[in-house]
Amino acid sequence: MATVTHKELEKDHLAHHDHVHDHDDHHETFVTKYIFSQDHKMISRQFLITAIVMAVVAMTMSIIFRMQLAWPGEKFAFINTLLGDKWAPEGILNPNMYLALVTIHGTIMVFFVLTGGLSGTFSNLLIPYQIGARDMASGFLNMLSYWFFFLSSAIMMASCFIDDGPASAGWTIYPPLSALPEAIPGSKLGMTMWLISMTIFVVSSLLGSLNYIVTIINLRTKGMTMTRLPLTIWAFLITAILGVLSFPVLVSCVLLLIMDRSFGTSFYLSDIYIGGRALDNVGGSPILFEHLFWFLGHPEVYIVLLPALGITSEVIATNSRKPIFGYRAMIGSMLAIGFLSFIVWGHHMFMTGMNPFLGSVFVFTTLLIAIPSAVKAFNYITTLWKGNIQYTPAMLFSIGLVSSFITGGVTGIILADSTLDINVHDTYFVVAHFHIVMGLSAIFGMFAGVYHWFPKLFLRMMNKKLGYVHFWLTFITAYGVFFPMHFLGLAGVPRRYYTNSNFPMFDNLVDINEIVTICAIIGALSQGVFLFNFFYSIFRGEKAPQNPWNSNTLEWTNPVAHIHGNWPGAIPHVERWAYDYSKPGAQKDFIPQTVPLQEGEHDGGGH
Amino acid sequence: MNFLVLLTIVLLIIAGHQLLRVIELSRGLKKTKEWHITDSDNNSMGKAMFAFMFVFFAFFIWQCMRWNERALPGAASIHGEKIDTLWDYNMYLCVFVFFVTNFFLFYFAYKYRGNKKTQATYFPHDNRLEMAWTIVPAIVLAFVIIFGLKYWNEITDTATDPNRVTIELYAKQFDWTARYTGKDGKLGLTDYRQIGGTNSVGQDTTDASGFDDLIVKNEFHIPVGREIEFKMRSRDVLHSAYMPHFRAQMNCVPGMITEFKFVPTKTTAQMRKDPYVIKMMAGINNQRAKFNKEPIEFDYLLLCNKICGASHYNMQMNLVVDTEADYKAWIAKQKAFKTVASK
Repeated sequence: MATVTHKELEKDHLAHHDHVHDHDDHHETFVTKYIFSQDHKMISRQFLITAIVMAVVAMTMSIIFRMQLAWPGEKFAFINTLLGDKWAPEGILNPNMYLALVTIHGTIMVFFVLTGGLSGTFSNLLIPYQIGARDMASGFLNMLSYWFFFLSSAIMMASCFIDDGPASAGWTIYPPLSALPEAIPGSKLGMTMWLISMTIFVVSSLLGSLNYIVTIINLRTKGMTMTRLPLTIWAFLITAILGVLSFPVLVSCVLLLIMDRSFGTSFYLSDIYIGGRALDNVGGSPILFEHLFWFLGHPEVYIVLLPALGITSEVIATNSRKPIFGYRAMIGSMLAIGFLSFIVWGHHMFMTGMNPFLGSVFVFTTLLIAIPSAVKAFNYITTLWKGNIQYTPAMLFSIGLVSSFITGGVTGIILADSTLDINVHDTYFVVAHFHIVMGLSAIFGMFAGVYHWFPKLFLRMMNKKLGYVHFWLTFITAYGVFFPMHFLGLAGVPRRYYTNSNFPMFDNLVDINEIVTICAIIGALSQGVFLFNFFYSIFRGEKAPQNPWNSNTLEWTNPVAHIHGNWPGAIPHVERWAYDYSKPGAQKDFIPQTVPLQEGEHDGGGH
Repeated sequence: MNFLVLLTIVLLIIAGHQLLRVIELSRGLKKTKEWHITDSDNNSMGKAMFAFMFVFFAFFIWQCMRWNERALPGAASIHGEKIDTLWDYNMYLCVFVFFVTNFFLFYFAYKYRGNKKTQATYFPHDNRLEMAWTIVPAIVLAFVIIFGLKYWNEITDTATDPNRVTIELYAKQFDWTARYTGKDGKLGLTDYRQIGGTNSVGQDTTDASGFDDLIVKNEFHIPVGREIEFKMRSRDVLHSAYMPHFRAQMNCVPGMITEFKFVPTKTTAQMRKDPYVIKMMAGINNQRAKFNKEPIEFDYLLLCNKICGASHYNMQMNLVVDTEADYKAWIAKQKAFKTVASK
């Protein structure tokens, strides 16, 4: 293989003298190929498998705390096995560990699975493939990006094994709770490790994002104009820009917290009496932290969501055998969402004591974001209309995504309205909302991506029937978990309560909590179907053909092999947009982007 | 025993491996590839999508019917009633959009399930349609914003009623203290460095206006029909004063005084006679009977609604809404700061 690649590349060099390549790459050792790889396809797989491991950990954590919520005080031997006598004596979860699990579950899911995992896997895989590039602009930075991600994951995991337990102030780590070791055991070493891990995570994210942006802007093949890019690439581009602009703010936010924790400053602390003494800190404000945190935190929601929407656009168009409806409107709405995401962060802070007038500005901007979101949802539905829908497992998950995006999105209208937020702020209504609109949508998008591009990732096919089983179990139980939570919220149940049975007010909600937990357990177990299918197919799945889904984009034009440089010969040129499915007059129901336009044929959805 | 378990696992693995081999071998005999999407796949998945929609909608309706009676009772404050009304209109909108868009999604998923004979319609865009679903949501959202902000401004306006009752809610890990102004109508100044001993809320002992302040724990009372102005403070970390029955919430922030105001409309005694509340309490007491806990009566609660540490889940205080006369009798029994402090 390596020698063939080498020869092919040589040919390519003769044809393209401007194309600079490092010839040493071809003498690959195990280390340069599988560990410190600079190849976007390998890095993509590294991100994916790391994210899967992290997701399994975070999901297991959620099962443990869900069992505590459904059956408080019950003894579960397996919880004791997992957490030991200190954190689960006799199998009853300790309240501090409950908060720690909630915190680390949120952190891993938001950052390590849905940011690192989703963007890292699919930006890396698809950007060079779909724009027609040999690799990322900088393979070396790309490698660093993964290894910083790995390091930060390792630190986050290690923090779960220390004496005082991991960070436990909630994934939003609001000080002073996160700043004062007296306030909660998790704010000792655990929080320090959380902060270090997140700082390294941001380094990884920035290296990755800068690389994605540069690659998309500079390395598009001939003919690949910005308005011929598949929507996946637009989504990754906007995601990367959001990341570059917002993640540094998280670093400043974290840095000030580190200063407060370890060096006696008072950025976030004032007038505090704890552990039997009055602290010297005066003049700081926890609200400053909240502003800085949510300045990242809200764009982060779209950093998580946009790649999933991009993947869905591609999967829905391909499998409906139709062009995505309103291609330019889709780009416009993603740009609008990206822009607006920077001026809505205050809707997380209506009840914090922030000036109410400021709150009204954020109500306005937040509700504006519903418009481009609605456009996207309607465009997806219209793409299905009069389609010829091919139900691959990826297509099922994409339709699932549109459903959860709508179902979770509509309650956003309620929560964005500060007046209505007063009574459901920080209740399970919020938990239901963001898990459905962000968690489910993003993870469905990720599953869709894995099923759809598995042939590109591992050169084999995943099992379809197991994919169907996985989808239906996941889809049904996911709604079973998160839909009832709205009703807990309407009953006024605050989030992050260790038990709802300590005082009588919520005693009548026990059965709702049980339904949620039972669905969560079934849902978690059904991920076993996916894990089996995934790992089995890597090694023993059927060999993939070149273009299994009859798709138009460039990644399906190269041979079924992991070739260094992606295409054996010259890079293909792009002659048309990515969505010529079922175009009238064409012989087949798809026209790859490399096919030249016919005489008199209009490009880009023909006017 | 352990050996048997191990043996079973080993045998299961071998059996699984053999089964997979059989599947893999039979796969080689078939002409069509396993991953290939057939018309029958499309047919069954398309139908399953539509069937799911009915189950999904039925699940939603079932939850509403069964669990709506467990939602909080109607608001017990003037502004809360307005919030409830606004909530209802917004919720109608959400439920409408939820049903309509999910219907079209799943219906199209069913209707246009693929087969080999048909071809999809090339329909890349339509300016009128796209304009329509940009403008219609914009108009609807304009109404949502206007009404929302109108109430928001009213609710968050500063308390002005000269006859109001001012109460400080003081949060710390993991309990609440209420401080009343006493006869002078003014809360005394505070200094967190003076916390200690009986001075649990950190009153400034040099400020005479605080001497008559009343310090109340475990349960606090407010009079019906009067404006209550709450001032929130925290001793240690963030807390949130959440009084769900009144649709009231505000964070307690160390180093800051935050505010919220409302006018309670129903006394605790009235709430206990409310048919909705009686039904809800019957549900609660039924459940308690299953766990051999004694039956309880309805009470308003002040909860902590911002993660604040290990006992966050138990940081609450009873709140009683009295008639004016009962409130006066209750307040007369409370101890002033100076008498507490001088003990």
